[in-house]
Amino acid sequence: MFLRKWAIPLLIVLLLASCSGKTHDRSREKHTITIAGSTSVMPFTEKLAEHFMVDHKNFVIDVQGGGSTAGIQATINNTVDIGMSSRELKENEKMLNTITICHDGIVVIVHPDNPIGMLNLAQIRQIFSGQITNWRDLGWINRKIDAVSREEGSGTRSAFEDLIMKGKEIDDGTMVQDSNGSVKEVVATDPYAIGYVSMGLVDKKVRPVSIDNVSPSIRTIKSGRYKIVRPFLYVTNGELDNKAKQFVDYVLSKEGQNILRNEGLVGFYD
Amino acid sequence: MASMTDRTMLKERFVKWVLITFALSSLLFLFLIFVFILAEGLPLFLKVGLKKIIFGFKWAPTKGYFGIFPMIVSSFLVTFGALVIGAPLGLSCAIYLSEYSGKKTKMFLKPALELLAGIPSVVYGFLGVIYIVPLVRNYLGGSGFSLISTSLILGVMILPTIISISFDAITTVPKTYREASAAMGATKWQTIYKVILPSAKSGILASFILGMGRAIGETMAVIMIAGNALKIPTSILDPLRTLTGNIALELAYATGDHRLGLFSTGIVLMVIIMALNYLANFGIKRKPAK
Amino acid sequence: MRVNPRIINQAVRVGLSAQALFTVSILVVIVAIICVKGFPYIDFAFIFSFPEDMGRHGGIFPSIVGTIQLALLSILLATPLGVGTAIFLTEYTRESAFTKLIRFGVESLAGIPSILYGLFGFIFFVIKLKMGWSLLAGVLTLTIMILPTIIRTSEEAIRAVPRQLRIVSYSLSASKWETIKKVVLPAAMPGILTGIMLSIGRAVGETAAVIFTMGSSLRLPLSLMDSGRTMAVHFYILAREGISMEKAYGTALVLVLSILLINVVAYYLMNKAIARYS
Repeated sequence: MFLRKWAIPLLIVLLLASCSGKTHDRSREKHTITIAGSTSVMPFTEKLAEHFMVDHKNFVIDVQGGGSTAGIQATINNTVDIGMSSRELKENEKMLNTITICHDGIVVIVHPDNPIGMLNLAQIRQIFSGQITNWRDLGWINRKIDAVSREEGSGTRSAFEDLIMKGKEIDDGTMVQDSNGSVKEVVATDPYAIGYVSMGLVDKKVRPVSIDNVSPSIRTIKSGRYKIVRPFLYVTNGELDNKAKQFVDYVLSKEGQNILRNEGLVGFYD
Repeated sequence: MASMTDRTMLKERFVKWVLITFALSSLLFLFLIFVFILAEGLPLFLKVGLKKIIFGFKWAPTKGYFGIFPMIVSSFLVTFGALVIGAPLGLSCAIYLSEYSGKKTKMFLKPALELLAGIPSVVYGFLGVIYIVPLVRNYLGGSGFSLISTSLILGVMILPTIISISFDAITTVPKTYREASAAMGATKWQTIYKVILPSAKSGILASFILGMGRAIGETMAVIMIAGNALKIPTSILDPLRTLTGNIALELAYATGDHRLGLFSTGIVLMVIIMALNYLANFGIKRKPAK
Repeated sequence: MRVNPRIINQAVRVGLSAQALFTVSILVVIVAIICVKGFPYIDFAFIFSFPEDMGRHGGIFPSIVGTIQLALLSILLATPLGVGTAIFLTEYTRESAFTKLIRFGVESLAGIPSILYGLFGFIFFVIKLKMGWSLLAGVLTLTIMILPTIIRTSEEAIRAVPRQLRIVSYSLSASKWETIKKVVLPAAMPGILTGIMLSIGRAVGETAAVIFTMGSSLRLPLSLMDSGRTMAVHFYILAREGISMEKAYGTALVLVLSILLINVVAYYLMNKAIARYS
């Protein structure tokens, strides 16, 4: 009888206690770094954070998505410590401090069963602008091309538009997914799909397409032959504070860059 | 009232004021969302023009185009598709539930319906991507991310709504109607077809309209299955983007006018759904006194 | 040629029961797929450990906690507000244009899709009020989302209480609040509870309104300003990004089981309330 009467208030107290951990934090001296922005950069920052926190147990690194633009905005508004961006800053964002952590290629991908592994820039442009609509026109079977793009506002999409579309508009009929991961999923499951993702995401589930006879890889990016490349940036409002600096130093260190290279990104060391 | 003490009166006053505060807070919260969406979305209508937004064909907000007409059409298409699948099936189930099933079956079917209604839309979307999309792609064509796939999943999702509201409408038909019909020698189905359904008509229609409201407001399952292309679909195998999908896809990335464009999309959505709700409730109130 | 109505009757009977069976089997198939594909991956570690490598490995503990925090806090906030408003509307005011307007407002808001709550919550709480993606922003948004449902079901339940009960109570010289507390509310309890349980179920399964307000951090939310995931959000991200089919099914199973549990508890509580206060 006693328990029944007090069960609910007890539950409430427990619940609120679990949510007031902020006071706990102060007593245990945890350093919290909040990082938000590009969903392209996010998985890699997560990985770096995981490794970093192994040796720095008093750090809590909170990584969120939201997109390059949102991350930059959040940095300008000081709601996060570090913003992630997969595109260059615009004029009205240039007051932020930028740190290039690595470079990333944008890779056009198709389904592993798709025999077409080579396209030239013009063809890719025509596919995504809706001028070429059937795989038959490229030498494969008679089947409509299922083109997948990212949504407006995505850093990856604007990089794709700048480096490949070069002014030609992406057709209204292309499918849209709101993250690189989901674009990859669509291409991995639909044999007639074609899309573009960050190079770091390419794995056995999809087939990368060589552009103008250059296949995308860390090597070809470093040598300059594969030109569809964009920088991954960390942006901060003013100078980094000490704790954020520790993390960024780690990211730029040999160990951090190694992790990025293993993920398929182009770091600063070889 | 002579036995009420001063203390009780004080307590009563206190309670009344607490309740007033609660009520006002609730209303404040509810108005807040209304007002906020209107406040954020209206300026763009004034700046760009109602016609250009609602009847514009091009959505490219970073370049200044805010046309959501294809998405309005797509939202309706997908909703009608859902009704095509959900309405007949749902009505049949409602009829079965009220006229043909015994107590035992009812006890089993009703919780089953509630569970169906409780399954999160992301789960529906996931299963749709894994099972329905490839099916459509391999047997019907296209990428599978299409109008028909979305309508199929949405049709299933609105079943509980249609079934429960139609069920309520059918069971409120007085027993005497059924008895009178049987007394005239009608078979069960004739009774249902000629007596019960016509008198439950407004409630059943209301269930369809509320089902529509549910379908048009669905987001997660839709963005996983519909393909989200910006063109009006020319076949049921084409991908499409709904109003809800538009907001969900671009919300996190949008700033400035782009973001306002999403609020404008939100206002259009809100107006459509409120109109549907009003229609449904107005329809219910018109109970025919046969 | 007229077909014998008796034959049509039989045919219809078969047709209708087939459709009912079909509908139930859809549910069975959905639950079966999730159970069969998810069950192998659920174990103690899955429930109580943290996700690793974006969720590719490890468990879903933070999202379970996040779900519980979000749902319970939202209900704690929305229930007194909602039931209180319902009591006020039915017991303390007379039917007027004002109450009709309020009822219209509540009805309209009940139909607003969750993405609009997400839109509102994101811009208003997360950005304008600078809460950032946080449990607090999520709770506030969800509270507003479930408020109309609670108000509506509570109001219906309270109105359904026969006037006689109230009159008898007053005649025994009980005050207004005493009457409400001891007579009206207990009698309306089954209906009120239904609304509450329905809302908990909705909060647990909600994704669109949550992902834009509470965010999608993989950390365990330890304070109101922390971001975190609910199971529904975690599942959505796993599925959408193709991170891990196995973990996705596992999460889906835990999610669906939680909702099933909530439904079962709801039935139990409702029957108890009906039994006790009939």
